[in-house]
Amino acid sequence: MKHSCIHWFRKGLRLHDNPALLAAMKDCSELYPIFILDPWFPKNMQVSVNRWRFLVESLKDLDESLKKLNSRLFVVRGHPAEVFPGLFKAWKVTRLTFEVDTEPYSKQRDAEVVRLAAAHGVQVIQKVSHTLYDTDRVIAENNGKVPLTYRQLQAVLAGLGPPKQPVLAPTLETLKDCCTPGRDNRDPKYEIPTLEELGQDPKEAGPCLYPGGESEALSRLAFHMKRMTWVCNFKKPDTEPNTLSPSTTVLSPYVKFGCLSVRTFWWKLAEIYRGKKHSSPPVSLHGQLLWREFFYTAGAGIPNFNRMEGNPICVQVDWDDNPEYVKAWKEGRTGYPFIDAIMTQLRTEGWIHHLARHAVACFLTRGDLWVSWEEGQKVFEELLLDADWSLNAGNWQWLSASAFFHQFFRVYSPVAFGKKTDKSGAYIKKYLPILRKFPAEYIYEPWKAPRSMQEQAGCIIGRDYPKPIVEHEALSKRNIMRMKAAYAQRSHSKAAQVEKESTKKGGKRKLPAGPSVVELLTKKPKAKSS
Amino acid sequence: MGWMFRHQKSAGVRQELPHSLERPAVLENFPKALWNEVFHIPDLWRKFEFELTQPATSYLKSTHPDLIQQIIKRHANHLQYVSFKVDSSTESAEAACDILSQLVNCSIKTLGLISTAKPSFMNVCKTHFASALTVVFINSKSLSSIKIDDTPVDDPSLKVLVANNSDTLKLLKMSSCPHVSPAGILCVADQCHGLRELALNYYILSDELLLALSSEKHVNLEHLRIDVVSENPGQVEFHTIKKQSWDALVKHSPKVNIVMYFFLYEEEFDAFFREETPVTHLYFGRAVSKAMLGRIGMNCPRLIELVVCANGLQPLDDELICIAERCKNLTAMGLGECEVTCRGFIEFVKMCGGRLTQLSIMEEVLIPDNDYNLDQIHSEVSKHLGRMWFPDMMPTW
Repeated sequence: MKHSCIHWFRKGLRLHDNPALLAAMKDCSELYPIFILDPWFPKNMQVSVNRWRFLVESLKDLDESLKKLNSRLFVVRGHPAEVFPGLFKAWKVTRLTFEVDTEPYSKQRDAEVVRLAAAHGVQVIQKVSHTLYDTDRVIAENNGKVPLTYRQLQAVLAGLGPPKQPVLAPTLETLKDCCTPGRDNRDPKYEIPTLEELGQDPKEAGPCLYPGGESEALSRLAFHMKRMTWVCNFKKPDTEPNTLSPSTTVLSPYVKFGCLSVRTFWWKLAEIYRGKKHSSPPVSLHGQLLWREFFYTAGAGIPNFNRMEGNPICVQVDWDDNPEYVKAWKEGRTGYPFIDAIMTQLRTEGWIHHLARHAVACFLTRGDLWVSWEEGQKVFEELLLDADWSLNAGNWQWLSASAFFHQFFRVYSPVAFGKKTDKSGAYIKKYLPILRKFPAEYIYEPWKAPRSMQEQAGCIIGRDYPKPIVEHEALSKRNIMRMKAAYAQRSHSKAAQVEKESTKKGGKRKLPAGPSVVELLTKKPKAKSS
Repeated sequence: MGWMFRHQKSAGVRQELPHSLERPAVLENFPKALWNEVFHIPDLWRKFEFELTQPATSYLKSTHPDLIQQIIKRHANHLQYVSFKVDSSTESAEAACDILSQLVNCSIKTLGLISTAKPSFMNVCKTHFASALTVVFINSKSLSSIKIDDTPVDDPSLKVLVANNSDTLKLLKMSSCPHVSPAGILCVADQCHGLRELALNYYILSDELLLALSSEKHVNLEHLRIDVVSENPGQVEFHTIKKQSWDALVKHSPKVNIVMYFFLYEEEFDAFFREETPVTHLYFGRAVSKAMLGRIGMNCPRLIELVVCANGLQPLDDELICIAERCKNLTAMGLGECEVTCRGFIEFVKMCGGRLTQLSIMEEVLIPDNDYNLDQIHSEVSKHLGRMWFPDMMPTW
C-alpha cells in the first residue's frame, strides 16, 4: 500500500539522523513535510526576537534542503489539534510521523494528535532521536526511578550499551517513488513566516552570531571536529566564561532545535576519541551530551519539574517577591559589572558560557537577590537561543541549591569570580562600554573608585551606571542562614508531609498572632507559585 | 486608592491583610461605617512590617506614608510584633527611626530591624538611632525578642533596654553592632535572666559574659551564636576565652547550641580551639587552616555540624579522621574547596557511620589513590552510611 504521509517537524529540524522522517518516506507516494506554528508557545512562554530569528532561519534552511529533494516545507498556522483534521482530509493522509518529545506540553499535545489520527484512520509512527536514549527506557532500567545524580545515570546507561547509530539523510534515491504535491505552486498560506508576522521587530534583534539551520549546524560541527587535540583534551570546567569570543562550541542552540542530531554529534566524537588519550565524562564533550541526557530524563520523569510547588525533589524556599529586583537583574542594572555584562551578552547575543550562567543564577537566587529560580528560568527561557525546557528547569534548581545540589554555603562572588579568568575586565568593557575607562583595579567594583577617577572615566556611579543593588558580603551571609532554615524545614516537614496532604495549606504555616477578622470576610489568598 | 495588600511574614510565611485606607471596591455593599469599625479592630494591628524605601532608587515596595500615620495615631498601642525593612538608603533607615520614636504608648513584644541590601542603619547618626530605639525600650516594658543586627546600638541603649525589660527579654540578636562593648552586653546578661538566645560578635564575648549567662538565676541558654569576622588580614588580634568559662556555661546549660561563624583569613586562627571548647556548629566562610581543623578534632567534643568552604591544597585526611574519632556527636559535614584522598574520606565515613545524616562534598575535592577511585567512592560511602549517597557536582552544560 502506498501512503500519503505527513512528517511533522517540531524539534528535529534536520534531514540527517531523522528516523521518523525516513519512516515517512517508506512506501510513500505523497509526502508532506510540515512545521506547525503553534500559538501555544508565544502564549505560554516568552520568546526573544533572537530565538524567533533562529527558528525562521532553521525553517528556511529546512525548506531549501527539502527543495533539493523535490519537496518543500509546509508551515501551517494553528493549534495542532485544530489543523490536523483539515490536513488529514485535504491531503488524504494515511500516515503521520514525528520525533518523540518528552516535555509535558508536548506529551499532552501529541496524545491528543494520536487520538485524532486514530479517529481519521491515520497510522502514527513516533521515533526517539532527540535524545541519545529513550528516556522512558532509562527510567525503567533504574527501577522506575529517575536517576538523581549524574553518576547514577552513567551507571544505568552503561547497562544499556552505547547510543544508537545515527541514520543517513534521505537522498533523491530515497524519494524516487514519492512526490510532494504543491511543491511548485507554493501556496502562500504555507510559507515560512517573516519576523514581522511573528510580531517581532527585526531591528530589535542582536547581531546574528549564530545563524539557525541544519547546514550551519553541520558546518560548525565539522569546524570544531577538525580541532582534534582540542576535542580530546576538552574539559568543560576549564573553559572560561568571560572570553571575548566563546571558549566552547556553541552548538547548544543547534542541538536544542534539533538542527544537529545529538547522536551524530556523539558518534563523531567517538570517532575522534578512538585510539587516542582523551578526557572523560563529566567534563568531556561526551560528558556534556550526557548532562543533557541527565536533565532530559529528569524532566521526563519528575512531576512539576519546572516549578517549586508540587515538585518532589525541590527544596521549598521562602523566596522574596521582588519584581523590581528581577527587572534590574534581567536588564543588566544590578550595579555589579560582571553580572550586568553577562546579562547584556545574554540579551543581545542569546548565548552565555555555562559558568556565566552559574554566576548570574546564583546572584539572583541564593547568593544575593533571594528571588525564586522560577523567575530566572523565565528570563533564560526568553533570552537563550538554546533555551531548553528540561535543561533550564534542571540547571536553575541545581544552581539555586533547590535540587540535585546541596552546597548552598558556596556562593559565587559577583566580584571575585570573573577576576580569576579576566583580570583586566575586557569582557566587562566589551558589553558595558560605559565602564570602558575604568582601570582594572576598579572595573569589578567601580563604586569603590574615588570620585575624581569616576569623573575622569566619564561615568559617575549612581548616575551613569547604577550603584550596587545589594551589598554582597552582608547579604550572602544572611542568605546562607535562610537557606539553612529551608533545608532544616525540609527534614522536619518530610514527616509532616502526610499531614500536609490532608490539610489544605498546612504543615509549615504558623498561626498569625491574634485572629484576623478580615480572613473570615474574605477568601484566603492562594500561595504564590509563579 | 484601591485595594492595597501588604505582605507580612509570620515566621517566614506570608500573610495577606488588607490595609487600604478606603473600603475596597469588592466590598461595595458593605456599609462604610461597619468597614471602618472592622478595619480598625485592634487584633488586626498586632503585627506589622514597615517597609521603607526611596522610590527614586529602590527596588522595593514602600508602606504608604498615610498608612504609617494612621498606625501611629490609632494603633501604636495595639502593636506587639513589629519589624522594619529598609532599603540601602540612609533616608529609609532614618524614616524607620522616626517611626520608632513615635511608638510611645505601646507594648511591643518583638522588634526587628532588617536591612535588605546594605547596613543602612549604620549610616544614621548614632544619637538619633539610640534615642529612637530607647523610646521603644522604655515604653514597651515587655520586649521579649529583639533583632538589631547591623545597627549602631550602643551600651547606654542596652542599659535602657535592661532597665525596662529585664524580666521579659528572651532573644537578642545583635551581630555586627560595632558600638557595643563587652561591658555593654555583660550588663544584659547580668540582668536579663530569661535570655535564651543570643547572637553577637566575638570581640564582645568575654569570660565574664559566659559566667553571667551561667549564674544560678539565669535560665538555661538555648542558643548562642558568635560571629568571628575580619575585614582585613591581620587587622584584629583575637582574645581567648578561658576553658573554665566555657565549662561553666555547659554545666549550667547542658543542651545549649553554640554556633560559631568564622569569616577569617587563614593566618588568623591561632587564638581558637587551643583548649577544649563546647562549640556545636562550626562554619568557616572563607579559608581555614589545616592546623585549625586539627585542633577542632582534638578540642571540640560536642561538635554536631561542620562546614568548611575552603581549605588549601594539602589533603585533610588526618584531620578528618581525628574529627571522626573524637567528635562523636557529629551528624552533618560539608566540605567545599578542599582536598581529601578517597581512602581518607572512606575511613572518615566508616568511623562516623550512619550518624552522618548530612554529608556534602564536591566530587572534585576527592583525590583518587591506590585503594579507591571516584567510581568506587559512592558505593563504599553508601555502604557505610546505610543509604544511597553521591558527592556533589556542578553541571557543566
